[in-house]
Amino acid sequence: MKRKTAPAALVGVVALALSACSSGGGSGSGGDGAGEITYWLWDSNQLPAYQACADAFTEANPDTTVKIEQFAWDDYWTKLTASFVGGSGPDVFVDHLSKYGEFATQGQVVALDEMIERDGFDTSVYADGLLDPWQYADGSTYGLPKDWDTTAFFYNTAMLDEAGITSEDLWAADWNPDDGGTFEEIVAHLTVDANGVRGDEEGFDPSAVEVYGLGINPNFEETGQMQWANFTGTLDWDYLDTNPWGTRYNFDDPEFQKAIDWFYGLAEKGYAPAAGVFSDETPTQVGSGQVAMGTNGSWATGSFMELDGVDVGIAPGPVGPEGERASLFNGVADSISASSDNKEGAWKWVQFLGSTDCQDIVAEHAVVFPAIPESSEKALAAFDEKGWDVSAFFSYEEEGRTFLPPITLNAGDVNAIASVAFEDIYLGNADASSLTVADEQIDAVLQQ
Amino acid sequence: MSAVTDAPTTTAAPRSSAGRRSRNLGDLPAALVFILPATVGFVVFLLWPTLRGIWLSFTDTTAFQTGGFIGLENYRRLADDPVFWNAFGVTLWYVVLNIGIQTVLAVLVAVLMHRLTKSMVVRGIVLTPYLVSNVVAAMLFLMLLDYQLGFVNEVIEALGWDRVMFFGDQSLVIPTIALVNVWRHAGYTALLVFAGLQTIPENLYEAGRVDGASELRMFRSITMPLLRPYLGLVLIVTMIGSFQVFDTVSVATQGGPANASNVIQYYIYEVAFSRGYDFGYASAMSVALMVVLATISIVQFRLTRANQNDMA
Repeated sequence: MKRKTAPAALVGVVALALSACSSGGGSGSGGDGAGEITYWLWDSNQLPAYQACADAFTEANPDTTVKIEQFAWDDYWTKLTASFVGGSGPDVFVDHLSKYGEFATQGQVVALDEMIERDGFDTSVYADGLLDPWQYADGSTYGLPKDWDTTAFFYNTAMLDEAGITSEDLWAADWNPDDGGTFEEIVAHLTVDANGVRGDEEGFDPSAVEVYGLGINPNFEETGQMQWANFTGTLDWDYLDTNPWGTRYNFDDPEFQKAIDWFYGLAEKGYAPAAGVFSDETPTQVGSGQVAMGTNGSWATGSFMELDGVDVGIAPGPVGPEGERASLFNGVADSISASSDNKEGAWKWVQFLGSTDCQDIVAEHAVVFPAIPESSEKALAAFDEKGWDVSAFFSYEEEGRTFLPPITLNAGDVNAIASVAFEDIYLGNADASSLTVADEQIDAVLQQ
Repeated sequence: MSAVTDAPTTTAAPRSSAGRRSRNLGDLPAALVFILPATVGFVVFLLWPTLRGIWLSFTDTTAFQTGGFIGLENYRRLADDPVFWNAFGVTLWYVVLNIGIQTVLAVLVAVLMHRLTKSMVVRGIVLTPYLVSNVVAAMLFLMLLDYQLGFVNEVIEALGWDRVMFFGDQSLVIPTIALVNVWRHAGYTALLVFAGLQTIPENLYEAGRVDGASELRMFRSITMPLLRPYLGLVLIVTMIGSFQVFDTVSVATQGGPANASNVIQYYIYEVAFSRGYDFGYASAMSVALMVVLATISIVQFRLTRANQNDMA
């Protein structure tokens, strides 16, 4: 994995030996950490931003270079696991809340607490609630936050205009699991059939829809982040008995199941595409002109805004029965592999990634919202500069609520059960009451 | 054999008998040299992994830690795992469709090549789909058959029919994958069958024609009986390959929608490498698959009497 030239390797060894001597004195400064650090991430949109960070890092630490490798999400976790097994993993990698528990259990990631304490690294700079979920069940910290995301609704502004709906209407929409509230009215009105009849009008033909009011991502997950989480989050409901590290899921809750039936029921009404109609995510769906509006995360803003010939706006999720809008609030972090042979260098790089220096650089690229609030403000300004109004993603903090994704052990098995259970409902093989069985299966996995 | 049993006495004999010794061993030293590379390959890449896999199936080994012996626990879990039995059913359905259609098509193409044309160009064309890798073929058809953008669906709509969700419909996904692989493999299978056809002496057909038999009658009474041993072997080989379908599923559907195309090999892969990293359970499923394949091969071998030839 790491191809060092012999002299560079020698320098590394000497430097490590020196640092080993000096660490007795308590100061970890000097030439330690020299060599090449491999860094993995999954989002190609963020690659330029982090390459810029890496360049700045090497400028400040000439002995340490960073080699960034990017793999798409689907391959990322398989490759990472394989590399851990083979002992050739990256030194540092972008880690996800739903995944790190398993790595921590298996001892594949490094607990950062000692190094944080030793170097007096200030972890209070991060936005509230970003660091806590990275504390594993044993209380150790396994990642330093790098950015956060929420989800919202991306809509085709021309279609909204045509339907006589304003963005204010969308911002003011309410929702409930019984009749979908004004949000469903809007979705119905945005839906148009082959004869030009709208979804809420007499004679609408749900079997010949030209434009669907709401797109559905083909991403079936226990988090529902890409599908139903903006709705279920407004209920008096949470994924787990305790989050993080709960051992009982709440998919058997009748109110939750009602919301799920409502959500996938949109396809039966013709307001949303049926399962299998779209195999791509909502940016493609909205881009095709056959979908008026679709959920996605803040990270996808660029994909929507750069769509050819479609002008896109962003509105937050509707206000639910509890009187608040809600979004899943996910934080991504950097972790160090246990197999890294240059942990000092890796820690230096992780510190840099978690510092204002790097997060400001990322902010300038306007791709994600950095974990440090001041940097996040700069990102907001950078988005504004491009003419992209992303205030919807901040609205939950200001006038609604956010919640964590379910964080458990055995997340891979949980995902396998949940994804099939939700897809079965979308396909019409079962209604949401079937989630009670899935819930039992998941609980059995968690209590193993 | 005798050379081997003689060996100890000859080595004990005085040096002067060296000439006799090498004559006694005959071709053995040369044979060993030639067999050695294949044997090493067989032991390292086949025998050892198989034995290790069987051992792992009795342990709770994961990707990250060597587990201990847990007896039949993995097999008990397998018996109670609805996803495994679903995968088993899905795979069987795939094999029936894939092998059924492919074999009929291959025999048809082979007989046409045998009876009608001797053109090398035609034989070459028949083989071309096989030159495309499985992954590329899967991606190609994924695009061609896409519900929204696929060329095939454009044509279907232009003809006035409704678009078809080839990969998105639970009842169509396995037939679709089976047909994609028929497209890729039928030509190759046809060539195997064709090779068998060429062993049938031409004079049998001449005799048939003299007796006034039709092409169809000759196919039934001459071609099929004499082709049987070849067809038997082709069936065994293609069926084993068919049971191992993985790449098309991995590329096109990832087992979806909702497990409708979750074939055994894909499920094993998932359990081992993309969730849980449960090597023990994945090994148990692999062993189960191996037993099934061995059983089917033996039964088929017997039923088709593939080791006997009616020509003798």
